Amino acid sequence: MTFKSRILNADEVRRALTRIAHEVIEKNKGTQRLCFVGIHTRGISLAKRLVELVERFEGQRVPMGILDITLYRDDLTEIGLQPRVRETRIPFDLNGKAVVLVDDVLYTGRTARAALDALIDQGRPSRIYLAVLVDRGHRELPIRADFVGKNLPTSRSEVVKVKTLEDDGEDAVELWEVGET
Amino acid sequence: MSGATFPKHLLDFQEWERAQLESLLETAQMMQEVLARPVKKVPALTGFTVATVFFEPSTRTRISFELAARRMSADVVSFTSSASSTAKGETYRDTLRTLDQMGIDAYILRTDAAGVPHQAHRWLQKPVINAGDGWRAHPTQALLDAFTLREKLGSLEGKKIAIVGDILHSRVARSNAELLPRLGAQVVACGPATLLPGKLPGASLTTKLREALEEADAVMALRLQKERMDKGLLPSLPEYIAGYQITEARLAWAKPEAPLLHPGPMNRDVEIEGTLADSPRSLVERQVANGQAVRMAVLYHVLVGKR
Repeated sequence: MTFKSRILNADEVRRALTRIAHEVIEKNKGTQRLCFVGIHTRGISLAKRLVELVERFEGQRVPMGILDITLYRDDLTEIGLQPRVRETRIPFDLNGKAVVLVDDVLYTGRTARAALDALIDQGRPSRIYLAVLVDRGHRELPIRADFVGKNLPTSRSEVVKVKTLEDDGEDAVELWEVGET
Repeated sequence: MSGATFPKHLLDFQEWERAQLESLLETAQMMQEVLARPVKKVPALTGFTVATVFFEPSTRTRISFELAARRMSADVVSFTSSASSTAKGETYRDTLRTLDQMGIDAYILRTDAAGVPHQAHRWLQKPVINAGDGWRAHPTQALLDAFTLREKLGSLEGKKIAIVGDILHSRVARSNAELLPRLGAQVVACGPATLLPGKLPGASLTTKLREALEEADAVMALRLQKERMDKGLLPSLPEYIAGYQITEARLAWAKPEAPLLHPGPMNRDVEIEGTLADSPRSLVERQVANGQAVRMAVLYHVLVGKR
């Protein structure tokens, strides 16, 4: 895989998340019944940031959960052998909540579809939003994001890498090409 | 993702290599995570139909398998022979082929005759999981034993595991003797001379309990079938108890804190001292809990993943 370009640097990631936090508060008309659920792995780091930003702007700390969707995927037979199942922990009652699902990249929509099923298995939120740092297009399912950090037209041979301070040592969004070399 | 492929059946461990077994146990660890959730159900096996076909009665193993399949959203049907066609003279092969016409994706098979799961695999060309065949093999029991041992002891490399009791008639002992050395452990099987086989591949044999237990990192007691005495293999129950019952005093011969396992169902105060079975040294209940996660992992691997 070869590096092509840096799409967002740390400051730009911070600004995108700040804007998303404001949009969430605006759309939800405050923090009433609001909560965040991050999808493993980088969605969790991004959800933590959003919880902190919302607290800074509104003075309210809203609850947060984490979601593993591995065994909910519809392509298990293709991806295969060793499922990497991680923790699902939603330490509050989802019933009646306005949930913001957080993921790093929205691509085919299959992860988001699986996340909706995994979430609904845990309770009945009154509403579910989807927030992503990057929407790179190429949807295979009728799914869209409510909050998007950056719309990025890509080709299928490209890979969008989201890096976070917690997982990768820096905040950035990068575009890579699946190398023929 | 690991690049290894897996055998699409679990008859015994002949075709399984260490890396595959380690990977399977790692998947079982992942399944524990699912079992710890408030909603213990995932859609991984949606659309698959699994049949438990038990020509020999067993409630616990069957329930464990059925729950494992259901927790991953497979459809489950169960066939038990007591009230069914074998009583009317139908052969194993005809019974299985009849079921196969109904679109079963995998079979979990228990038989009193050794080797039937192997034949079933040839007849059906579908994944077959051996849930116990005669005295020959009970691989998911051995896997859950290995899983429980690793949970307690860490890696089994160089660990000494003593298996005590009626080794001759035990498919649990045979499967453990096959599996545990593949994971690096050393197995010593111990029992009265009349209840030991001539040889047990993978294990050393002894009639001396103290020799078996000394330096052992874990001890596994086997169920003593009381009907063995009718066949003259044991002089009397008190004599077996005097020589081979695992008591707290005898467990002290093993390494400090060496855990005690038993595949169940237990004869309290026969092969195992009743109070010891309830003590913190005993992992018996843990084995049952782990059995479900291990069976989920086995079903996942035989049904899902690249062929």
